[in-house]
Amino acid sequence: MTVVIPNFSSGGGGSCESENHLFCVDWVRRNWSGVLEPALGQHVVLTLIAVGIGFVLALGMALAAYRLSWLERPLGIGTAILYTIPSLALFEILAPFFGPTRTTAEIALVGYTLLILFRNILTGLREVPPEVRDTARGMGMTARQSLFRVELPLALPAIMAGLRIATVTVISLATVAAYICNQGLGAPIFTAINENVFKTELICAGGLAIMLAIVADIILVGVQRLLTPWARTR
Amino acid sequence: MNDLIGALHFIGRNGVDQPGEPTLVYLALKHLEIAGAAMVVACLISLPLGVWLGHLRRFSFVAINVANIGRALPELAVIAIGVAVIGLGFWNVLVALVVLAVPPMLTTAYVGVAGVDPDVVDAARGMGMRELEILRSVELPLALPIIFAGIRIAGVFVIATATITSLAGYSGTLGDIIANQASYRVSGVLGAAICVAALALIVDGAFALLQRGLTPRGLRLDRRRLPQVGLQLPAPD
Repeated sequence: MTVVIPNFSSGGGGSCESENHLFCVDWVRRNWSGVLEPALGQHVVLTLIAVGIGFVLALGMALAAYRLSWLERPLGIGTAILYTIPSLALFEILAPFFGPTRTTAEIALVGYTLLILFRNILTGLREVPPEVRDTARGMGMTARQSLFRVELPLALPAIMAGLRIATVTVISLATVAAYICNQGLGAPIFTAINENVFKTELICAGGLAIMLAIVADIILVGVQRLLTPWARTR
Repeated sequence: MNDLIGALHFIGRNGVDQPGEPTLVYLALKHLEIAGAAMVVACLISLPLGVWLGHLRRFSFVAINVANIGRALPELAVIAIGVAVIGLGFWNVLVALVVLAVPPMLTTAYVGVAGVDPDVVDAARGMGMRELEILRSVELPLALPIIFAGIRIAGVFVIATATITSLAGYSGTLGDIIANQASYRVSGVLGAAICVAALALIVDGAFALLQRGLTPRGLRLDRRRLPQVGLQLPAPD
């Protein structure tokens, strides 16, 4: 990460930075492409990978628990235990095994998505009215056809609600992940704290993380509305 | 496995490796102190507002969306901005924790009171009760389970989030041990993490007892009054 040294020769904003004013526009202009933009990109990648892998795993687990109901308890308890470990501790416990890398961060982040996604997918599937399921079978659908054409689409609102919570949670936790792997928007936050609490960088990185979370939430609401046109009037 | 046994040993000797280090009990109490202060302030802000808006049954858009935005706030980012604006210390951490605790409580307080059967409220009004009486003797008791569900979520959330304040340089929570793997090793980190989880469970249980104590006896037996709203999980920290 670029070390923030007030650069008087580049002209303008020098005193703002050396005196650590609340917000130095000039610093942002010079460090956007070098510090903030890459951190934002890394944060998005960290989040997408974690939510993607977490969704595939949770979908598999939820479908298994949907068919074999005895699986629900162990899977529910296992994911709940993962969820209660403080994130900082989980990152540090995993670090000796996988090193201070993105892998460590992703494993922990995926772990946190599992409970939310597993619970929401399973609840969504369970809430499909039995009459609807019976109707699908009565129309001659196989169990698989009923699952993919009737039950999963009807569970979509619950699944999307889970995806929203999981995504926002991962964006939040990925800032902490920077403590281990020095990637994402947490990295400039930690740099700034170590650089005599450099305020501009703290505000920029923190603000970007908050904006990213809100924008991701809004995008997912839009996706949900596109995917479930029948629920729009509610 | 060895780390887990080491963690239990670490808890057993109260977190002390060398003399002069803060003990686990000391840090846990400091942890509770800042979390408790944040919860008191957050309750004072969110509960009267949420309950009153719920009583008016208006501004639901605001009450519900505050929670959606609040849930989206990354804790470390809030603390970072707090460090920049207020500076590092007790007050910054307090403000950050309050910002995170208010949304779930505001929303559940609103949902709980606004969700009370309107017929019951009408009946109370027909009996000649004043608005404040309706709120105090009818709506609040009926909304209590849902309001407490929000308080419990916020409590667990605040306890968990207080650990990451150590990353911003604030000292005086169990996060001090978790953020200092170099001195405490994995067993210490794990031991402190177990303590944070236990602390969260204890606080949750304490609120559950308080809720039981505040619920009128007639409602206590009515199991249908258990919170049924789809509550969101707090983020883990």
